[in-house]
Amino acid sequence: MEQTRDSITDIWGERTPHFGDWPVRVDRRTTAEPDHWVQSACVLCSNGCGLEIGVKDGCIVGVRGLDRDPINHGRLGPKGLHGWEANHSPDRLTKPLIRRNGVLEEASWDEAMSLIVERSKAIIQQHTSLAMGFYTSGQLFLEEYYTLAVLGKAGLSTPHMDGNTRLCTATAAAALKQSFGSDGQPGSYIDLDTTDTILHVGHNIASQHTVLWMRILDRLAGPNPPKLIVIDPRRTFTAEKAHIHLAPRVGTNVPVLNGLLHLLIEAGQIDQTYIDAHTIGFDELKKMVSSWTPERVEALTGVSADQMREAARLLGSTKTLVSSALQGVYQSMQATAAAVQVNNIHLIRGLIGRPGCGIYQMNGQPTAQNTRETGADGDMPGFRNSGNPEHMNQLARLWNVDVRKIPHWSPPTHAMQIWRYAEQGSIKFMWISATNPAVSMPELARIRRILQKEDLFIVVQDAFMTETARYADVVLPAAIWGEKTGCMTNVDRTVHLTQKAIEPPGEAKSDLEIFVDYSRRMDFRDKDGAPLIKWDTAEGAFAAWKECTRGRPCDYTGMSYEKLRRGGIQWPCNDEHPDGTSHLYTDGVFHTSADDCEAYGFDMTTGGAVTPEEYKANDPKGKAFIRAIDYEPPHEEPDQDYPLWLTTGRLVYHFHTRTKTSRSRALDEAAPDSFVQIAREDADRYGIAEGDLIEVESRRGRVIEPARIGDIEQGLVFIPFHYGYWDDPKRSRAANELTLTEWDPVSKQPHFKYAAVRIRKASAADERELVADQAGLFPETGTNTLNK
Amino acid sequence: MHVGNYIGLVQSSEQQLANAFAQVADHHGDEPDIYQVCQTLSGWSQQHVTDLQPLVDRYAATKNDEPDRLSQTLFKEPRSGGLALLRDLHDLYLLASEVELCWVVLLQAARGLRHQELESRCEEFDKTTKRQITWLMTRIKQAAPQTLIVAE
Repeated sequence: MEQTRDSITDIWGERTPHFGDWPVRVDRRTTAEPDHWVQSACVLCSNGCGLEIGVKDGCIVGVRGLDRDPINHGRLGPKGLHGWEANHSPDRLTKPLIRRNGVLEEASWDEAMSLIVERSKAIIQQHTSLAMGFYTSGQLFLEEYYTLAVLGKAGLSTPHMDGNTRLCTATAAAALKQSFGSDGQPGSYIDLDTTDTILHVGHNIASQHTVLWMRILDRLAGPNPPKLIVIDPRRTFTAEKAHIHLAPRVGTNVPVLNGLLHLLIEAGQIDQTYIDAHTIGFDELKKMVSSWTPERVEALTGVSADQMREAARLLGSTKTLVSSALQGVYQSMQATAAAVQVNNIHLIRGLIGRPGCGIYQMNGQPTAQNTRETGADGDMPGFRNSGNPEHMNQLARLWNVDVRKIPHWSPPTHAMQIWRYAEQGSIKFMWISATNPAVSMPELARIRRILQKEDLFIVVQDAFMTETARYADVVLPAAIWGEKTGCMTNVDRTVHLTQKAIEPPGEAKSDLEIFVDYSRRMDFRDKDGAPLIKWDTAEGAFAAWKECTRGRPCDYTGMSYEKLRRGGIQWPCNDEHPDGTSHLYTDGVFHTSADDCEAYGFDMTTGGAVTPEEYKANDPKGKAFIRAIDYEPPHEEPDQDYPLWLTTGRLVYHFHTRTKTSRSRALDEAAPDSFVQIAREDADRYGIAEGDLIEVESRRGRVIEPARIGDIEQGLVFIPFHYGYWDDPKRSRAANELTLTEWDPVSKQPHFKYAAVRIRKASAADERELVADQAGLFPETGTNTLNK
Repeated sequence: MHVGNYIGLVQSSEQQLANAFAQVADHHGDEPDIYQVCQTLSGWSQQHVTDLQPLVDRYAATKNDEPDRLSQTLFKEPRSGGLALLRDLHDLYLLASEVELCWVVLLQAARGLRHQELESRCEEFDKTTKRQITWLMTRIKQAAPQTLIVAE
């Protein structure tokens, strides 16, 4: 085995201090000498690191970072260096499965696809295509999402399609639309190489985006290091490095951000010329935040007035600023409202659209950006506005279908609503691709009840027998990264081509092949009788997608596979910008004009939609929105019965529900089990010692976790959300047993970051009793015997 | 002078609307959004009832039980089944429209009286009522196709 560094014990590796050009450091881990290398990119977080896959005798034997890649300059994190082992895991799905007499049995592709088509047609005939739902991922490739979006919107004509991106990045998209009129990150990762100040809000970047964090660590070790402000209730790896760490109580992001905005405005540390020329809404913001004095913020959030002033002084005097936000904002109370306040800091100080000034409304998953771009989530392809008839006509012309086929009478259905319709029985067919709702959705007992419904036909397309696949009527074995070709777009709009390096195992097929096959078997056709899906290959799908993006903010028309083989390219890339675009909005003109915007906007408190008429009456014509919002308390707060706050989150060694990362030995051994983190004061109060098993209970469920003590605020408990049951069905341990069915009114992202819970030391008897609680799992009878 | 009469009418209407939003929040808690949004919107109407009190006192308004009859007709008893949510939202919309219309009527009177304070208060209240109506319309449009076409 050859490895350049041990990324498990030393997560970020050696420092290469810098200011300006970030030096190259090639990280490599191979278990044998490859006979050739295949260019690709990493899919185990949203950073999008370029890499090469080492292949020997048709098997992946390792990876090395791509030295010329603009994202990582050769570096890779622990998940990237180890996660590829999952490709050759012995428990990959290799044959389709069909449920017969309650049991999943092997079947041929033809049998499986025929059954899916037969059920689709029967359900559509009886109930219309409004009974058909699709729940996809942030893990497929652009070409696959686009194919799915076209077949769903123009073939089936169903509005019920969303991705699990709803759980991770919907707020990023919503905040960008609310402020700038369209999805798309204004800045670029290169901003980190020169910026004076960095602000992380609810983003534990050291664990979640390890390679981006290396870039920051290298700046901190170099000349002219930036100042770092971190807003996070936990003392994370990131917070440890902060010059100023603000640790607000759960659910109070908006008061802290409003307080910072108030201090900036009060001190006159704003760019009035920029505000006047390029924004609307500043006066309302000024009025709204004026009551959020540092003292009032301190009383509500626990962040001291002195710290607020110190942070504001830094934000108010810096000449350049990079901000990032992630789940601490997106999965918390007032998600979109808080994310928009981060945008507001940049807008009122004029720190946008130039080098050193970036906003990263981060994504959680590697291809989440593509789910949003292509419309495989609750959006329309190419950032088109479902309320704009001309945008819908463009799609109808592109696909050569009647515009009435495209479901645009109201915005596409969001994930939580899709599941609600399934619960009520009006969605009768659900196709789940590359995601694991039985672990990742809130309130799992309820999700399991839905998955077990007799009148819900479930197709699961995955590489492994996940907790969700066990409930399927048909399981389709899917090829994964390394076994197929396609594009992915990261947070800073960089598009990478990831190429096929090896054959998929057994009969597994790429998601693209499966969707095209379904479309052909369903006989979806355009107005002239030609097949609706006119492509068979990834490159063919990419060509169709390019046409879909022409003239839109995410313009791909200047790209090709050949060009992408030379390296990542940032959209928009077209005739005008053949090499891509590092910064959006350099001229201060935003995508807000009525004929251009992706959405007409929503009431930040209720989610009520602004009508086209209202929007046109006050057409911002390219000015950005400064949106003001006041604080609202969370809907569930600790009380006598449930006196503690629960928050959930991620660990550096795992991705999503561990489907891949736990199948890499080193990653699994580094973080083999879930836990509950509690403060020393709470541990003493409940008589809990390190490692004791604790029962954590909310109004919705309970789990048993070993205790980990310290580095967290008193009154708060933390459980990582990665752990489910496929590898340990004996203990109730999934954090989402406890979480709420509730969402942000604008982004519709669920609130995973707060719930009221109580804890107590657990006994062995509790543990045994809870085994039965994991509804739908029958550990004593093995894995595949689940009855519906 | 019937201004007091209408102030009494709008205060009672707001109380009915506050109660109705709270009731719908409770009946449809299984929806991902209804409980939280309807609780919030109920709070807005309740706040209006409180904020209206000085005007009620000043214009010696009498309690008007007309809105009671309206909400009794609309929300007779809890509804269940696929249509229930849509029907409840529909009725909330009618109640909210009743409030909205009161603001229009009062606003006209305030202008005729050149009563600056009454005018600005009515405009402010009306803005909030319009936000309630906007949300109701958004939610109704979303629920309508699924409810009418597929739901049992």
